[in-house]
Amino acid sequence: MTITDAAISVRDLRKSYGKFTALDGVSFDIERGETFALLGPNGAGKSTTIEILEGYRDRTSGEASVLGVDPGRGGLDWKSQLGIVLQSTGESGNVTVREQLAHFAGFYPNPRDVDEVIAAVGLVEKQKTLIRKLSGGQRRRVDVALGIIGNPVLLFLDEPTTGFDPESRRQFWQLVTSLKQEGTTILLTTHYLEEAAFLGDRAGIIAGGRLIDIGTVDEIGGADARIPLVRWVDEGVSRELRTTSPATVVAALVAENGGAELTGLEVVRPSLEDVYLGLVAAYESSGGEVSTSSTRETGAAHDGGAATPRIELVEIPDAQPTAKDSAR
Amino acid sequence: MTSTTIPRLPAGRTVRLGGSRIANEVRTYFRQGDSVFFTFLFPVVMLTIFSTAFSNQSFGSDAAGNDVSAASYYLPGMLAAGLLLSGLQNLAVDIATERSDGTLKRLAGTPLPITSYFIGKIGQVLVTGTAQAVILLLTAWLLFGVDLPTSADKWLTFAWVFLLGVTTSAVLGIALSQLPASGKSATAVVIPITLVLQFISGVYLPFSQLPDWLQNVANFFPLKWMAQGMRSVFLPENFESAEPGGIWNLVGVALALGAWFVTGLVACRLVFRWIRKDS
Repeated sequence: MTITDAAISVRDLRKSYGKFTALDGVSFDIERGETFALLGPNGAGKSTTIEILEGYRDRTSGEASVLGVDPGRGGLDWKSQLGIVLQSTGESGNVTVREQLAHFAGFYPNPRDVDEVIAAVGLVEKQKTLIRKLSGGQRRRVDVALGIIGNPVLLFLDEPTTGFDPESRRQFWQLVTSLKQEGTTILLTTHYLEEAAFLGDRAGIIAGGRLIDIGTVDEIGGADARIPLVRWVDEGVSRELRTTSPATVVAALVAENGGAELTGLEVVRPSLEDVYLGLVAAYESSGGEVSTSSTRETGAAHDGGAATPRIELVEIPDAQPTAKDSAR
Repeated sequence: MTSTTIPRLPAGRTVRLGGSRIANEVRTYFRQGDSVFFTFLFPVVMLTIFSTAFSNQSFGSDAAGNDVSAASYYLPGMLAAGLLLSGLQNLAVDIATERSDGTLKRLAGTPLPITSYFIGKIGQVLVTGTAQAVILLLTAWLLFGVDLPTSADKWLTFAWVFLLGVTTSAVLGIALSQLPASGKSATAVVIPITLVLQFISGVYLPFSQLPDWLQNVANFFPLKWMAQGMRSVFLPENFESAEPGGIWNLVGVALALGAWFVTGLVACRLVFRWIRKDS
């Protein structure tokens, strides 16, 4: 294995359960201090990947290094550096929030202050309540609190905000932001793409057990996938146009329309969610062929700096915003 | 950034965390309503029922000709049953449940040593088993007027049979917790085992009245030896003749329980896993 200072280093990771291949050769690095979002549909292999790195599952083949240690052989010293928020928990919860956190804090050599952690996850009022009497979202916050109580160098967050209301989610983002500022390395999986966009430095998209794209949150999917979209409604039909010069297009459309306002006009820069949906849809329609962003060709209309943009009209039958016209 | 090495954990934390686990385990045990009833109070309830239901029956008399009451007769068996329930039944169900509800998975991701976890479980059994024995003895003494032994010898025997019995029962419970496929099936798998053992080991039925072959089966399991040890403490001397071979056979009790303790301990180390990988 190559000597690397990366917090996590994965090479050609494979995992099969009998005949089913859950992971089919995944490679990536996560640098120290980085927040990396692992995205993908259900069953794509996200949790398998994260559980191999946490030491919960054995890999079939390939190499993995977590804080310089093979996660299949990590001992207690190694575990004391990790914080793990599992995807699901269902413990009986016959202890109070405070009792549970104080107890778990004792496992670690250098734990965080119990009161600070309770405050950080917003459970001050509930600290003397039995965990089983908490709501789902509150229990999830206990999970997060238990993940950070040991003051981890590396934090695994497997769908941490499932069941959170929007306000709790924002609070959680603040918490993770402060952890990032303290230098914590974070591996995050989530189905909330705005969460990945807000928190992640880089993202990897996994589908069918393979990494179909990886890059910074701003650049993943390639420059073409980020080309703005102009949307409007023309005689009851939703129209969408992908263009590098949206202002020129809007001006041209208004002129065409005899100077009148356009119905339902929007100029949007594709969000991570749009890019993600485009990548996953493209992957699925290609029957599982992986192409990286560097080799991806684009069907989008753009010609650098020309006075008149080429206009390509796309009819969207169900008025659903998609990035399908960016597909190869 | 330079490559960092992972600092070593300080020594001696296994025992300290074991203590912390005991406190946590005992606290959660008493907050679990069903475990308090089915393992903690069950022998007390059974003693009360048997002592009341059979209060007019004769169970023989001591050397001075005094009748032995139903409560006196059943007390040693119920103490032995308590050891089995507090240790084996309680832990086998408890740990199987913790495996399926994610408690063990969570602990597996922390630097808690497995040995500390075991200390916590065995400590919980010691604390709850002791409390249970005290309640049984008090119930027998105060409610049913059972004369408790007065000689130090008898109490010394009680102490070692109790300690060896309860720890053996605890390690066997940890080992047996691997058997149920899920927490839901745990009681269905474990309770029949303990129930059958109670019936063939002289807890509910007089051991001497069982057919020889059934006595031989019971001889193989630890509960029979716990019950025999307890009878030697609480029954009058002249009852010794009803025992197999006409002796209390405390050496046999020590050897049988000791062998089961070692077997259980080895089984724990060999079969216990925080989680079933890839399940």
